[in-house]
Amino acid sequence: MGAITVLVLFPLLAAFAVLLVKEDDVRNKIVRVSAGITAALTLVVVCLFFQKGIAYSYRWETGIDLVMAVVEVVLAAYIITIGIRYKNYAISVLSFLQTAAILCFELTAKSQIEVENAIVFDKLTAIMVVIVGVVGSLICIYAVGYMKTYHIHHTEYEDRKGFFFAVLFLFLSAMFGIVLSNQLTWMYFCWELTTFCSFLLIGYTKTKEARNNSFRALFINLLGGAAFAAGIIIIGMSRHTLELSVFTAQKPDAYLMIPVFLLSLAALTKSAQLPFSSWLLGAMVAPTPTSALLHSATMVKAGVYLIIRLAPLLGASPVGKTITLVGGVTFLACSFMAISQSDAKKILAYSTLANLGLIVICASVGTEESIWAAILLIIFHAVSKSLLFISVGSAEHQIGNRNVENMDLLLGISRKLALCMMIGIAGMFLAPFGMLISKWVAMKAFIDSNNILIVIILAYGSAATLFYWTKWMGKLVSKVNMRQQSENEFHLDEEIPITILACLVVVSCFTFPIVSKYALIPYLNEVFLRRASMPIGAGDIKLMLYMLSMLIILPISFIPVYKNDKRRRVPIYMAGENTGDNETFYGACGTKRQVELHNWYMDSYFGTKRLSFFSDILSFVILIWGVILLIGGIAS
Amino acid sequence: MMSVLRIIGIIILAPVVGGLLTGIDRVITARMQGRQGPPVLQPFYDVLKLMQKESIEVNSMHRFFVYVSMVFAVFTTVIMLSGGDILLAIFALTLGSVFFVLGGYASNSPYNTIGSERELLQIMAYEPMVLLTCIGLYYAEKSFFIKDIVMADKPSILYLPGVFIGLVFVLTFKLRKSPFDLSMSHHGHQEIVKGITTEYSGKDLAVIEVTHWYEVIISLSLVYVFFATSAPGSHVVAAIVCLGVYLFEIIVDNCAARLKWQHALNSAWIVTGVMGTVNLVILSFFMK
Repeated sequence: MGAITVLVLFPLLAAFAVLLVKEDDVRNKIVRVSAGITAALTLVVVCLFFQKGIAYSYRWETGIDLVMAVVEVVLAAYIITIGIRYKNYAISVLSFLQTAAILCFELTAKSQIEVENAIVFDKLTAIMVVIVGVVGSLICIYAVGYMKTYHIHHTEYEDRKGFFFAVLFLFLSAMFGIVLSNQLTWMYFCWELTTFCSFLLIGYTKTKEARNNSFRALFINLLGGAAFAAGIIIIGMSRHTLELSVFTAQKPDAYLMIPVFLLSLAALTKSAQLPFSSWLLGAMVAPTPTSALLHSATMVKAGVYLIIRLAPLLGASPVGKTITLVGGVTFLACSFMAISQSDAKKILAYSTLANLGLIVICASVGTEESIWAAILLIIFHAVSKSLLFISVGSAEHQIGNRNVENMDLLLGISRKLALCMMIGIAGMFLAPFGMLISKWVAMKAFIDSNNILIVIILAYGSAATLFYWTKWMGKLVSKVNMRQQSENEFHLDEEIPITILACLVVVSCFTFPIVSKYALIPYLNEVFLRRASMPIGAGDIKLMLYMLSMLIILPISFIPVYKNDKRRRVPIYMAGENTGDNETFYGACGTKRQVELHNWYMDSYFGTKRLSFFSDILSFVILIWGVILLIGGIAS
Repeated sequence: MMSVLRIIGIIILAPVVGGLLTGIDRVITARMQGRQGPPVLQPFYDVLKLMQKESIEVNSMHRFFVYVSMVFAVFTTVIMLSGGDILLAIFALTLGSVFFVLGGYASNSPYNTIGSERELLQIMAYEPMVLLTCIGLYYAEKSFFIKDIVMADKPSILYLPGVFIGLVFVLTFKLRKSPFDLSMSHHGHQEIVKGITTEYSGKDLAVIEVTHWYEVIISLSLVYVFFATSAPGSHVVAAIVCLGVYLFEIIVDNCAARLKWQHALNSAWIVTGVMGTVNLVILSFFMK
């Protein structure tokens, strides 16, 4: 109990410490140590409570409520003021309305509602805590190295590193709060806190673009926050409970579906599903650790976490179907749009959206298998995606930009970084790696629950996914042995997290049967009140592990082959016009011309303009349809 | 012990049969073009000759990918022919294909790279239909395992005629037949140098050839599972259908010229969408 409190409060403390220290070196040390302690605390908490789980309330609950209310009011006041100052009145209005509504509710109706367990720590919480704690703190360490180089490259931005690190830690604290709270008002408070943190992080550079994008993020997430607040108030008034676990254990009826829909809506905005996805794409203007944090361990995962919690109520209900379809549209459209991107961070962003779409589908289908897949997807996605983001960030510093077309240089500059990036990419879509295992189970779950349309969407989306990742990988391997350059050292603060995460990607694939046995299956047993079983047979898992081992052993076993089989090296074929250096050819009049090889982007097929327009409209229509079904359900 | 022998048998026999089929293909193709054509064993002679030739390379990496690609093609063949999980087999096959594509990129040659990009496009074009085939078989027979699917009472083709047509359509990609042989083909008149295999020679080219034999067997075993049932006679029917499909692909190969990539992608995805989707949706009404 004490350990959990410490876990939530420690990053908060670290945030204050970092904010107060002005000395760069001292602050960096504090960040590293605090990140280390946060990760250690995470592991301690998980070790302590993993087996039995824990659910409890604090004695000084009213005190905590009071503090939260004060902070909420301060935040609202701040948001309203900046909304007015930058003539963004919608934000002010939204913030005012939801804060006022929640405050009224807390002051009046809430006092009659008894909360038994404000904090619940079960297997799912444990998994989320590990993800937030481990991946999150690795990103914080990475940020130390990254921000140093960032401000050398970008002298035009004001150096606010202390502020930046402080917000990162605040973010972690809020995320712990979200996954640990069972009391909805607390969860809502942390939910709003992450919204606010993301607003601060996106606006870090203070450029016009950054400000616009941060306001967009704030607006969309406040919309979700408003839905969340409305949901809580309805739950509190009609069901006289504020506990998520109590709420999700109720029998679903037409009236109950209203708050379920509202909470799902909040989750969709947080997970940046269409039509609310624009904020996550806009978040790219922020320094890379922000994106890594938003995309992998925190923020977007809060949304899908909530949907997984709500899963027992969703299932085959109209609301569940609506959410599934929205996820489906997002998955397909974003997988397609990723093909047309050449900016590495954009590709990652679209891939995040697509994968979140997949998680949303899995969670909202709500069968045992699909939730199993959803949770595994969260784990694998967090690890692979954070690895990819931070390696793209480092690559940007090494080669000067983050265009995938230029990443063929990377292998010559830093083999290790290129290798880690390839591991990350493989983790996202290739066979024995994590994401594919979950996708496989997802496919089985959808067909078992007769969701034919979703299966077909998955088939097309997977093909597109394969295309854009492979062409990226192709660029990474394409300049083997050309213009060998010396190994360029990168910052130790960057190298360590990248290496650890790359190892985690591989290790998580080897250990998923264990995670499944000791965490997922017990969780599913608890939720569905019957014996769940592993969706993949033991024989298949063995084959998967063989494949993974082959991928590791094969490159090593080729070393003797290469030793014994020295071959004559010839220039590449360029229709006889190769000048001999493999990079230029004789053009007209004997001039030397550079060879340029570009990837396919197929803009006429997968261009974002048309696709995002239509998919936005489609998902919006689906949501409206959901509202109509909801009203229809009540009317009948 | 038996299973080890069986696996070794599969690994040795599959390319022999695949090579023979390729040889027959060349004879039939020649006859259709009014030529005498090579002997049936010509593919084996070709590979043996390639093995003896000097292997030259443009860099040290690009052959590695071809070898890995073959390893996974063999792995897939073993899974499929020993009755394993069909979806896992397809994933392993895809992994092999991805390595093949990466090999093309790794050579950094303009012709190879174009071939790789086209190969990748082909994978994207046929992948949805192949996945839907596996899903459809699971939906109809309630098992992903080939050994269960071929022991069903009724052949899967009764439930999945549309999926079968779609599969035959995309097998043209997998068997590298015109009009969908964009990345590499046997028809010199429509090829950009030698597509994705431009920079490979000697042993590496032999490996690519043998990998293709395995892939022929994998493709035809996908056809096979649609017809095989618990009745012994059905296996003869299934084998005949496989040969029929192969003959059909040869005829198409000789009647069609290579298409533009847009047409390849469009047609494959539309056929998948219509045949796969309609079939599965209709099936879902019967399954409820």
